[in-house]
Amino acid sequence: MKLLNELIGWIDARFPLTSTWKAHASEYYAPKNFNFWYFFGSLALMVLVIQIASGIFLTMNYKPDGLFAFASVEYIMRDVQWGWLLRYIHSTGASMFFVVIYLHMFRGLMYGSYRKPRELLWIIGMIIYLALMGEAFMGYLLPWGQMSFWGAQVIVNLFSTVPFIGEDLSILIRGDYVVSDITLNRFFALHVIAIPLILVLIVVAHLAALHEVGSNNPDGIEIKKHLDANGHPLDGIPFHPYYTVKDGVGAIGFLIIFCAIIFFAPDMGGYFLEFNNFVPANPMKTPEHISPVWYFTPYYAILRAVPPLFGSQFPGVVAMGVATVIFFFLPWLDRGKVKSIRYRGPIYKVFLTLFVISFLGLGVLGTLPSTPALTWVARVLAVVYFSFFLLMPWYTKIDKTKHVPDRVTSR
Amino acid sequence: MTDNVNRSKRRLLIAATSAAGGVAAAGAGAPFVFSLMPSERAKAAGAPVAVDLSKLEPGMMMSVEWQGKPVWIVHRTKEMLELLAKHEGELADPGSSVPQQPAYCNNPYRSIKPEYFVVLGICTHLGCSPTFRPEIAPADLGADWAGGWFCPCHGSRFDMAARVYKGAPAPTNLIVPQHKYLSDGRLLIGDDSKGAA
Repeated sequence: MKLLNELIGWIDARFPLTSTWKAHASEYYAPKNFNFWYFFGSLALMVLVIQIASGIFLTMNYKPDGLFAFASVEYIMRDVQWGWLLRYIHSTGASMFFVVIYLHMFRGLMYGSYRKPRELLWIIGMIIYLALMGEAFMGYLLPWGQMSFWGAQVIVNLFSTVPFIGEDLSILIRGDYVVSDITLNRFFALHVIAIPLILVLIVVAHLAALHEVGSNNPDGIEIKKHLDANGHPLDGIPFHPYYTVKDGVGAIGFLIIFCAIIFFAPDMGGYFLEFNNFVPANPMKTPEHISPVWYFTPYYAILRAVPPLFGSQFPGVVAMGVATVIFFFLPWLDRGKVKSIRYRGPIYKVFLTLFVISFLGLGVLGTLPSTPALTWVARVLAVVYFSFFLLMPWYTKIDKTKHVPDRVTSR
Repeated sequence: MTDNVNRSKRRLLIAATSAAGGVAAAGAGAPFVFSLMPSERAKAAGAPVAVDLSKLEPGMMMSVEWQGKPVWIVHRTKEMLELLAKHEGELADPGSSVPQQPAYCNNPYRSIKPEYFVVLGICTHLGCSPTFRPEIAPADLGADWAGGWFCPCHGSRFDMAARVYKGAPAPTNLIVPQHKYLSDGRLLIGDDSKGAA
């Protein structure tokens, strides 16, 4: 023990080990009233680690080449020892990453976690979300199946609808006039090193910003207003051991579900791994029905809902882009006096419920073939989706809020 | 010491150094961006393709690969050609005013010889390859269907001259690539003697 203390002392004189541990764990005070919804931040971090670890091992047998990619994935599935497990961990991890992130974002919407002083924390989080979408999209090309190919074809062509520079932009992205071996090779490079590197860096920035302003909580109360004699928040408890233990329970619960999917339903009925992707990429034939993976379908439904204007598909692409980017402006769209849904009035609750319904509804529509009737449903839901944001300055202001208590409540 | 600092000179030097550094950074970045553009091999892959039409029965379609994309050749029957004029009111651009075809194909049939139709099989919406549906009024496409192509991705409809119907997500008719006849039964796609595409 003495030897260990001496070693730590030796390190501390040369590297901020103990002080970092204290600042970010044993003496980082988090509100004591965290509930179920506060599992998803640490779970997202865990899934990131799972994806990086399983991804590194997949690259050892995968070949980023138009001629060999599909076969090398089958080789991983059939011939590499436990290769099927590595691949299913990675493919299930991709979908579960979005499950966790969407719930994490929904938590932020419910409790006003994007409100002052956490605007930058929210914005960094949104950048992570966009980076994650890019990472998932490029990763989906790598198995080089029919869905990989035609999905990439459609998404890259979104960029070609940009007026004037669109055609050159899409050629720059593909490195070719069509999605080809060249595209596959560069998406591989971006998927395995460029975007993961950025992701890790902005996750660190997200945590740095969080620990600077402190966590929000289900009551939306700033716990730093009431400090004890030592300067610690009265309503705060040290992250370690209290929340490391709590998050550990969440991690175990999550892993039970995660493993159940990997072992019993890795393709999730065609939603996590689409059936058409078990057919090698064929540039000459589009599958009968193509749709993106489930986590992109709400935006895809918005894209399809907008008719072409002035002979260009660009308005639909803009609508889809705005649907993602509009989240960035939430801190300034919300004019409510209170942060948490617990003290909001009925109008916000109705709008949030409608928003969730529209997001899920668009998600379902995005997986279905388009018919005129469904296109109209998608249009209505898209209007609801945008109303949540665009009307927010109005309805949050007139909404009748409840009195916010001084100290956090426990329920 | 600080009293002797010439601040305006320092500002000028910082600005000059930043500008020179910025130009150098842009210059050094250029090769990286150019490496992302199509390589010489990718550019060379677009050679014209010769097609033998002798085995293409009336009413049938064949696809050939040109520049990595599908090109369709349809041997249209007399009935198919007659139907073309009947639904012009439902089309977004019946007269092909948007230059999606070479000048020599800017006619009601959008082809050199009316019976042989050559078209690039890539939807002008988001690049899917539409499905050939030559049958009249099938159950899934409705009683109005006069034969043509249906895009499975986003539901765009095209007639037998690949002209897009109104209300479809695709903004324009499908592209007719440059082509010419080498002889009566042989076609060259990607070259129309004015130089290869």
